[in-house]
Amino acid sequence: MNHSLINWFKFASPVSFYPLAGRLIPYFTAAAVALLAAGLWIGLLVAPTDAQQGEGYRIIFVHVPVSWMSMFIYCVMAFWAALGLSFNTRLSGMMASALAPTGALFAFLSLWTGALWGKPMWGAWWVWDARLTSQLILFFLYLGFIALQAAIDDPRRADKAGAILALVGVINVPIIYFSVQWWNTLHQGASVSMTKAPSMAHTMLLGMLLMALAFWAYTIAVALMRVRCIILERELTSEWVKKNAME
Amino acid sequence: MSEFLAMGGYAFYVWGSVGACALGMVIEVWMLKHRRRAIMARLPRKELA
Repeated sequence: MNHSLINWFKFASPVSFYPLAGRLIPYFTAAAVALLAAGLWIGLLVAPTDAQQGEGYRIIFVHVPVSWMSMFIYCVMAFWAALGLSFNTRLSGMMASALAPTGALFAFLSLWTGALWGKPMWGAWWVWDARLTSQLILFFLYLGFIALQAAIDDPRRADKAGAILALVGVINVPIIYFSVQWWNTLHQGASVSMTKAPSMAHTMLLGMLLMALAFWAYTIAVALMRVRCIILERELTSEWVKKNAME
Repeated sequence: MSEFLAMGGYAFYVWGSVGACALGMVIEVWMLKHRRRAIMARLPRKELA
């Protein structure tokens, strides 16, 4: 039998994933702190002032990365949900549950920082624009996922119901992403494109990428912390938890 | 320094954004620490040694 295959599935078990997650958390925490410091330093101090928007544009160094994260996390959550439904692995549902609150936080921060951008630049905190409205729906999808799981007592059934909601809702992510192309909106187009040369100064791009990486590291650290809590809560009666929880 | 904090007149908007992100992350980590402590409190006492 293929040896690497065995090792791969070994970590699909919550019991073997728990200590691995615990070992990984300090590295991701350290990376998040270092990247945040570097990203904020470049974004707030080094990057040049924008010709049109003055210093107010510096909001993008948090707004764009948190908005990306809110969409990425949803996709990752839907991935774990699909994996859980397909292979019936317990850890997949736990990972989806562990990601949802962080995704909701980033979706909220995206709306919040967007409002603080919109007021000085557009003259309005909020408009019912395609980009803004679809992002609001993403926030509600996260809240719906969390509420649905909280409403079902049996964790395995909660995982399955949540997984279906996560998978249905993933259709919203491309709608958010392409909303600025598909509809006439107030929101500006994509700041960073995979196909075109960046339209902004290199230091601005670097600051934004550092911030995005920082939020990635933060998300992984926090999701691992939360999945460890979920594993313990679900297995609290097992001998394994009593033996190993304190390592 | 005060010029940096003033953000060219956009202080409220820039620091309101950065501050909200920082606050959100701090609260999330604090809630997780609290959740873990609550679990540990439910574990049998002798196992905590």
